[in-house]
Amino acid sequence: MNSTIIRMTARAMLGGRRIYLLAALSVLLLVLAVLLRLFADLSPDDTAQFLHGVSLSTLLPLFGLIVGTGAIGPEIDDGSIVYILAKPISRAEIVRSKLLVAVTAAIAFAAAPTFLAGAIMAGTSANVALGFGVGALVAGVTYSALFLLLAIATRHAVIVGLVYALAWESLVGSFVPGARTLSIQQWALSVTEAITGPGVISSDVSLGAALVLLVLVVGGTTWYAGERLRVLTLAGDD
Amino acid sequence: MSPQPEAAPSGVIHDIGYRGYDGPRLGRNLVARALFFHSLRGVFGIGRSARSKVMPMGLFAVIWLPALVIAVITVVTASQGLLNDVPVQFARYPMLLQPAVAIFLGTQAPQAVSLDLRYNTLPLYLSRPLERVDYVTAKYAALATGVFILLAIPILTMYIGALLAELPAGEQTGDVVLALIGAALFSLVLAGIGLLIASLTARRGFGVAAIITVLVMSYSVVSGLQGIIGHGQSDLATAGWLGLLSPMTLVDGVQTWALGAESSAVAGPPGDLAGLVFCLVTATVVVGSYLCLMYRYRKVTV
Repeated sequence: MNSTIIRMTARAMLGGRRIYLLAALSVLLLVLAVLLRLFADLSPDDTAQFLHGVSLSTLLPLFGLIVGTGAIGPEIDDGSIVYILAKPISRAEIVRSKLLVAVTAAIAFAAAPTFLAGAIMAGTSANVALGFGVGALVAGVTYSALFLLLAIATRHAVIVGLVYALAWESLVGSFVPGARTLSIQQWALSVTEAITGPGVISSDVSLGAALVLLVLVVGGTTWYAGERLRVLTLAGDD
Repeated sequence: MSPQPEAAPSGVIHDIGYRGYDGPRLGRNLVARALFFHSLRGVFGIGRSARSKVMPMGLFAVIWLPALVIAVITVVTASQGLLNDVPVQFARYPMLLQPAVAIFLGTQAPQAVSLDLRYNTLPLYLSRPLERVDYVTAKYAALATGVFILLAIPILTMYIGALLAELPAGEQTGDVVLALIGAALFSLVLAGIGLLIASLTARRGFGVAAIITVLVMSYSVVSGLQGIIGHGQSDLATAGWLGLLSPMTLVDGVQTWALGAESSAVAGPPGDLAGLVFCLVTATVVVGSYLCLMYRYRKVTV
């Protein structure tokens, strides 16, 4: 980890007005949670469904996409990545430093608000808050790592990532059950299910498989992102 | 060498024999029309590189394929006498595929306007007889037409399937006309919102993320809330009103109330007052995004 890279990435990602835009999304989630708590009579099931629909299947993928590609995409786009690549820092270390910032942002702005929203809506009943908090944490880390790799591998990372997050996980997943096995959302849900206990939420993937896949994907994408960064070619804009 | 006082600077523009253009000038309307067709082609990647065709054409295929499958199923099952109505209502099709429509809009709205900002072509356009209002109208019309084509072709495909299956033609024709009006509303609302967001940034990636976030987040928040309030609390009236808060459910509400479609959201607008409000809000969004675009393009920079 390199503190300078971490500092620069954090400033590029969160500096200026951007931090307010990111925070707006998490504030929205919290405000909704408070309103629902005040005006509706919530069962843990309602909370679980709401958090699944809004947080795990929408907020987390979008957030992972924004911070994962945002950590390195703009620099590759405008070519200023060469000034970092020219330093005697290993490429894997660059990737790890940038990933750390992305993961921290995803946890602070997406996973923590999910936990808080769960706590506001359901209190401590059925471990819903904790389950979704941990699920969101796992999903945030994995999405960030995957989308960081995408940002290095292709210039159209945002679009490719969207197609994965929306088309594959939501659209194809709702028609083709097999597609759900290969979905970060389902792996995170499986972790959530293990904490909340069965009945509140159900996942298509067993906990063991989900954990192995999560670790493999995070480790694999981080390693491969370093490899891709070693052979990065800066092409002109098309 | 020092300049000589007698030989005052005597620059001259040499006439090197290029002919000037003295043919007819087509004028403002035709420039605007050309810009409209250029932008409309751009929405589907026609006239651009093969790589920029992948996304719009791929999404077009993704949105069209289910309709083709439905049409085939309609024909096959109807010939065996298993079916007496279309399996999917025409008007529900846009909502069924709304993630794909959102991605299409997210990728193609920035394509339509962000590039002009990024490569500074906007001042070049505006130095022609083209006015600001022409630019905004041409871009808005082009993107709305593009989205309409995207939605109308699958709907027409399903309609043809229904006709081939010899379902009652009059009834189906009525349905398809209403569904096409609904599709036009979807395209106007979505194109307005998408274009407005895209026009605020020269960075394509940022525009894509912002449009998707607005469309998808608002939809998932609204359906999440409707799920809790409508199903959990059995308060369908409040759930219906919540539909105002996201573009997709808003137009769906108008379709439900004014065009007699089945609602694809948890609850449609409760009662006639709500229906009117849905129509009013839809009109406000369309007109409002047009006016905001006009306001935004008073300056050519971001």
